[in-house]
Amino acid sequence: MTAIDPTAHLTAEQIEELGRELDAIRDEVIAGRGEKDAAYIRKVISAQRKLELVSRGVLLFSIFPPAWLLGTAGLSVAKIMDNMEIGHNILHGQWDWMRDPKIHSTTWEWDHVSPSEQWKHSHNELHHTYTNVIGKDNDLGYGIMRVDEDQKWHPFHLGQPLWNFINACFFEYGIAAYDLELGKNLNKRRRKNPEFRARAKAVGRKIRKQVLKDYVIHPLLSGPSFLPTLGATFTANLVRNLWTHSVIMCGHFPEGVQVFERRSIKGETRGQWYLRQMMGSANISGSKAMHFMTGNLSHQIEHHLFPDLPSNRYAEVAVKVRALFEKYELEYVTGPLPKQVFSAWHKVFRLSLPNKKPKVKTPDREQELVAA
Amino acid sequence: MTSTALRSRAWKLLEMVTTPLLPSDYLDLVGPLRAGADLRGRIEAVHPETGDAATIVIRPGRGWRGHTAGQYVRIGVDVDGVRLWRAYSITSPTNRPDGRVTITVKAIEDGKVSNHLVRRAKPGTLIQLDQPAGDFVLPQAKPAKVLYLTAGSGITPVMGMLRDIEFDDVVMVHCAPQPQDVIFRNELHDLVADKKLRLTEVHTDTDGMLDIARLDELVPDWAERETWACGPAGLLDAAEEHWTEHGVQERLHTERFRPSIVVAGDGGEVTFSATGKTVDADGATPLLDIGEEAGVLMPSGCRMGICFGCVTPLKAGAVRDLRTGEITEAEPGVLIQTCVSAAAGPCDIER
Repeated sequence: MTAIDPTAHLTAEQIEELGRELDAIRDEVIAGRGEKDAAYIRKVISAQRKLELVSRGVLLFSIFPPAWLLGTAGLSVAKIMDNMEIGHNILHGQWDWMRDPKIHSTTWEWDHVSPSEQWKHSHNELHHTYTNVIGKDNDLGYGIMRVDEDQKWHPFHLGQPLWNFINACFFEYGIAAYDLELGKNLNKRRRKNPEFRARAKAVGRKIRKQVLKDYVIHPLLSGPSFLPTLGATFTANLVRNLWTHSVIMCGHFPEGVQVFERRSIKGETRGQWYLRQMMGSANISGSKAMHFMTGNLSHQIEHHLFPDLPSNRYAEVAVKVRALFEKYELEYVTGPLPKQVFSAWHKVFRLSLPNKKPKVKTPDREQELVAA
Repeated sequence: MTSTALRSRAWKLLEMVTTPLLPSDYLDLVGPLRAGADLRGRIEAVHPETGDAATIVIRPGRGWRGHTAGQYVRIGVDVDGVRLWRAYSITSPTNRPDGRVTITVKAIEDGKVSNHLVRRAKPGTLIQLDQPAGDFVLPQAKPAKVLYLTAGSGITPVMGMLRDIEFDDVVMVHCAPQPQDVIFRNELHDLVADKKLRLTEVHTDTDGMLDIARLDELVPDWAERETWACGPAGLLDAAEEHWTEHGVQERLHTERFRPSIVVAGDGGEVTFSATGKTVDADGATPLLDIGEEAGVLMPSGCRMGICFGCVTPLKAGAVRDLRTGEITEAEPGVLIQTCVSAAAGPCDIER
């Protein structure tokens, strides 16, 4: 949390006006949603499936090094597309308006060890509602890291650069554990809770299926290419994990992103909610290909303002949102991927060490409301 | 091992290969109309019939079980990216050699699907299909005398019957605003020329609405005829009353389009059909709150429309999106976000 509140210059009226302007942007996109958008997601899904099929096909011959390289690269990209532009966004309900039961947040399952149902709860509900609120949003360091000066330091945090690196390599497992709230639920009493056990079982089933597919069935189908195929799928999963972890770190960890106190969101208005999303997220700048490969999470700020708008619309929304940032004199945190990744990692290292508590705090909105 | 058992094992293995997707997700890329796929069809041609009606030629998927003359089919069409389902009578005969089926659609005012099909649908487009349904069909035993009483696009199921089976004595009374509005007019007149049909056209723009009492004069032996009637509710109500009055109601078969019309208002009676509770709701309270207050177990999440954790099937009626004011009407497969939707009239929520 920064010492100076970067939104202090805004009056309550201005914040509500900002909210209305953002609502107008949202309404405009919704009114214009149609055939082109539907064609877009169908095209992406079909391209992903074809790429995966072809890559898996090539990997049947991965005993030959060029086939290994080509297949591994293709499978890595296919897995990234599945998780990012397709899975993440469909599970947000971005495409529910099409009423196509096959492309719907209630039916979609992704190439990931966390069952989509559980991920939707921890991500869509907890993280998106309570974005960057300490103690409410577990995405702040995923419960294993300290990413803000205001979070209490513990000697455990000394190792957080290492935890973060391990988490990056096995990110999908990290997410599954996170969705299960393993840290909290593994104590003696909680782990017997039938609801938790059912959820843990579902994760176990999903892991079994995923592992069987990637590390047993496909290698077996490759016959003499068993080991190279096994290595290829492992590599593809690793590449996907490192990539998604990097992209996601860029969303809320870079320097300049604000976090909020639990008390500050009590009685939050629509305008204030929007403002928190604006100040709590960071973008990645880059080419169209970069936006696509991040599942348009490079437009994290826009995504957090409008999590249910179709991802292909974030680029056009970003122009308008950025203009609002300028109008209201707010900092639009963005930068190229290497810079943002460095910034996020820098923070992870910096906050592995204890710091002095900042003296000035973000004004407490609850008190403000009472005073008003 | 039997071949079925073998096949099911092979399928299980294939499912392991494609998890978390299903083999069909991949097979659909190459053969959306194959046997075993969800039933779909491909539009092969669109032939204009009148200024506002067209016949759509559909090649159904391999799973199509065939229809009986007079039946309808529900189709799911993507209009502006949104899948909408409507039912249309099948107008092709049951024994069409190329296996195609046709529906004939009249564009109705503000009709999203009908206007799309008549004016914008392109050959090559995939649509979703249900198996044909409906009991507005001909009996096994041939009746000696038949009357078809139709109005507007009510002619479509009857055309399916006319093309399918020839009867010895068939009379048709058909109402349409003007001669050029009569769908299939040329074909009907050919049948008349071949003496296979006696036809009376009532042009309502000049003749006025058909007074059911005029049947005595148009078709003196109407009461002896097995009758199939299809058209707007007014005509069918009058016909049912007329046939009942004369004690021959068992000879009358009717088919109504649009059995219920949703009138979207403000608030209404909400039924939670899985729980069996019914409560009154105003037009401003989210259905999530209404349900919770009534003690219905409602899934919920962010309570602000962003997490899609509360989506629930809307089985009947209409709801209003509290953010945009948009009305959503019940259709099979329609899910609503209960945290940002309020009742816009009586509705049925599957909880």
